Amino acid sequence: MKYVDEFRDAGAARRHADAIARIVTRPWTIMEICGGQTHSIIRHGIDRMLPEGVTLLHGPGCPVCVTPADIIDTAIRIASRPDVIFCSFGDMLRVPGEDGSLLTAKAHGADVRMVYSPLDALAIARRHPDRHVVFLAIGFETTAPATAIAVLQAEREALDNFSLLVSHVRVPPAIEALLAAPDNSVHGFLAAGHVCAVMGYREYEPIARRYRTPIVVTGFEPVDLLQGLYLCIRQLEQGRAEVENQYCRSVRREGSLAAQAAIERVFVVQPQRWRGIGTLDASGLGLAPAYARYDALGRLGVEVASNGGGGECISGEILRGVRKPFDCPAFGTRCTPEHPLGATMVSSEGACSAYYQYRRAQARIRTEESAS
Amino acid sequence: MNDGSMFPPQCPVPLDTDDTIELAHGGGGMKTRRLIEGLFRPAFAHAPDDFTHDGAVFEAGGGPLAFTTDSYVVRPLFFPGGDIGTLAVNGTVNDLAMCGAEALCLSVGLVLEEGFAVGQLRRVVDSLRQAADAAGVRVVTGDTKVVERGKGDGLYIAMAGVGRVIASSRIAPQQVRPGDAIVLSGDIGRHGMAIMAAREGLGFETAIESDCAPLIDPVRALLAEGVEVHCLRDLTRGGLATALIEIAEAGQVSMSLDQGAIHVIEPVRGACEILGLDPFYVANEGCFVAIVPQRDAARAVAVLCRFSGHAALIGRVEAAEGAAIVQMDTIGGMRMLDMLSGEQLPRIC
Repeated sequence: MKYVDEFRDAGAARRHADAIARIVTRPWTIMEICGGQTHSIIRHGIDRMLPEGVTLLHGPGCPVCVTPADIIDTAIRIASRPDVIFCSFGDMLRVPGEDGSLLTAKAHGADVRMVYSPLDALAIARRHPDRHVVFLAIGFETTAPATAIAVLQAEREALDNFSLLVSHVRVPPAIEALLAAPDNSVHGFLAAGHVCAVMGYREYEPIARRYRTPIVVTGFEPVDLLQGLYLCIRQLEQGRAEVENQYCRSVRREGSLAAQAAIERVFVVQPQRWRGIGTLDASGLGLAPAYARYDALGRLGVEVASNGGGGECISGEILRGVRKPFDCPAFGTRCTPEHPLGATMVSSEGACSAYYQYRRAQARIRTEESAS
Repeated sequence: MNDGSMFPPQCPVPLDTDDTIELAHGGGGMKTRRLIEGLFRPAFAHAPDDFTHDGAVFEAGGGPLAFTTDSYVVRPLFFPGGDIGTLAVNGTVNDLAMCGAEALCLSVGLVLEEGFAVGQLRRVVDSLRQAADAAGVRVVTGDTKVVERGKGDGLYIAMAGVGRVIASSRIAPQQVRPGDAIVLSGDIGRHGMAIMAAREGLGFETAIESDCAPLIDPVRALLAEGVEVHCLRDLTRGGLATALIEIAEAGQVSMSLDQGAIHVIEPVRGACEILGLDPFYVANEGCFVAIVPQRDAARAVAVLCRFSGHAALIGRVEAAEGAAIVQMDTIGGMRMLDMLSGEQLPRIC
C-alpha cells in the first residue's frame, strides 16, 4: 500500500537505526508527544532498535487520556437524559469517569451512539428533530476543525437541536509546561505530524528557541519515527535547537489555512484542565461567544461538577513522561483494559494500554525475575 | 434423494396479501400456516411430507456425529457478499467442518419483529436455501416466532446443525504439538470490514465484500489428500489473533507467526488503517487455520491454494515456556498478540 509499505520496510528501518547508532555519543531523552506515535513505537518495537542511552518518553498526546474525569461524568449525566441522543467517538466510550463509562450508561438505557465524525452527529440531529443531539467534542487540533465545521454547518442549516460538550486541547502549551517543569528530563521532542498538518509548525519555533530544545515534526510509521529520532538526535549532537519537518509529505510550515480559519471562527483559546496534569493556560479551545448557543452545558442547564479523582493511578506522571507504565504497581494486576484505573489504560492511544497490549509478556517476566 | 423436480422450490405460492409481518404470523393460526405453506415449504421441502410434522427424521449412517448451534444477529441484514441467511448457513456448516464433519441437516429458528417486510423475509429465505444447496446440506426443520415491534431487530436466526464426522483422527486444540505448522486458508478481514462499512455507511472507494462461504470443500480436500489435521478453527469473531490465542491456551502451546505471510487485501488494509483497527482481530466468515504436522505443511498449502490464492504457511507451534503465548515478528522484534478486552473501537485521530 502506497505511503504505508515503504514506511514499514524493515531494511529501511534498520538503516535508520544504524544511522542513529553512528551519531550518538551521549545519552539523550526524547519524548514523542502523540499517543498514536507511542502505539506505533511499542507495536513495532522501535524503542528496542535504538542504541543504549537513547530513552523514549511517552507524552500527553492522547486526547482520551487527558480529558478530565468530570467531563466524562458530565457526559454520562447528559447522555442519561431521555430527551438526549449522545454522540461520541468510539475511543471515548470505554473511558471510566468517577462513576462508570458511557458504555455502562448505554447498557443502563442511555441513547449513546458512536460516530466517526461530528458531521455524523449533525446528520442524527436532522433525522431526530424531536430529540436534542449532543456531541462530545474532544481531541487536539486534529479534531477541532471537524467540530468547528459541524458548528458552522448547524448554523447554516439553523439546526436548533444540536450542541457540544467541548473539551478540546492544544499541544504547544503542553510542550511548554513540560519543558518549564523543574523535573523535566526531555532533551528533544517529536511533534505530532497530524496536528502540524492542521496547524503548521510556526508556533513551535519560539518554544524550540526559548527552551533550546529541538522539535521534529514526525509521522506515525516506523521509518517516520526512526527518521524523526535521527533528525532530533543529530540536532542534539550538533548543539542545534530548531524545528525540523520529517513529515514533509503532509505538513507545510503554515499548515492548513482553511482548517485554522474554521477553528478561529468558532473557538477561543482558554485555560484548560488536563486529566492527571492540571490546568494549563491557553491550552484549551472553548466555543466563542457568538457560538455559545451550541454549548450543551448552557443549553441543558448542566454544570461540570469538579471531583477529586486520582486514587492509585499514576497516569498524570505517565502523561508527563516522569514515569513509565511498568513503574506502576497496579499495572497488569489491579489495572487492566478490562478494569482500568485510569484513561491511559483504556484509550487505544494510551501508553499503559500499548504496554499492556504488546509488552505484557515482558512485564510478566520482569515480575517473575523480581520475585525470584 | 433430492426431489426438487417434483416439488419445484423456485415457484413459491403467493403470500396472499401480506406484505409485513404481524404478531398473528407467529400465532399458530392461518397466517402462520400461510407463511409455512407460502414461503418455507416451497423453499426447504424436498418431498411433499417435509415440514408437516413436529420434527425431522433422518439417516445418519452410523459413525460419530458432530452437533453445533449458533445465533445470528447481524446488522445490517443485507451486506455486500451476503446476508443473514447465507451467514447462518455458512456459519453453522463451517462450525461442523471445523470438527472435521460434513453437515447432514440444519434446523432454522426465525425470530421476526412485527412490521418486518415479507419481501425481505423472502430474500433471506431464498439466501438460506441457496447457501444450503451450495454447501450440500438440507434445512429439515424450523420454527417461527414474532415479537412486538421494537422488541427485536427485524430478524434473528437461530440455527443448529448435525454433521457426520469424516476425519479419521480427533481434531482439537489438544492435538496440537510443538513443531506443527500453522496454515491459513486465505486473506483475512473481509467480513468484518464489509459489515462495518455497510453499517456505518463509510463509503470506501472500493466496496469490500464479505468472504462468507462454506468451508467444507477445502476441509474435505485436506482430509482426502491425507493431510494429518491436528486442529481447525474458523476465524469468526475476534479474527485470526483470537482464534490462535484460544487454540494456544487450550492446547498449552505457544505460536510464532510470520506477519509477512498473512495476506490482507488492499481495500481491507486501507479501511483498517483509516479506522485504526488491527486486521488480525477483524472477523471472517470464509477463512480458517489448519494446524498440521510440519511434514504435511506444503501439501496443506497446495490443497488450500486450489480454493484461495492467498492460502499460506503463516507460522509454527512451539512448546509453551510458562504461559502459552502467540507472538508475531515486527520490525523491532517479536510482538505478543493478546485477547482484546472488548470490541475494537475506531480511533479518534
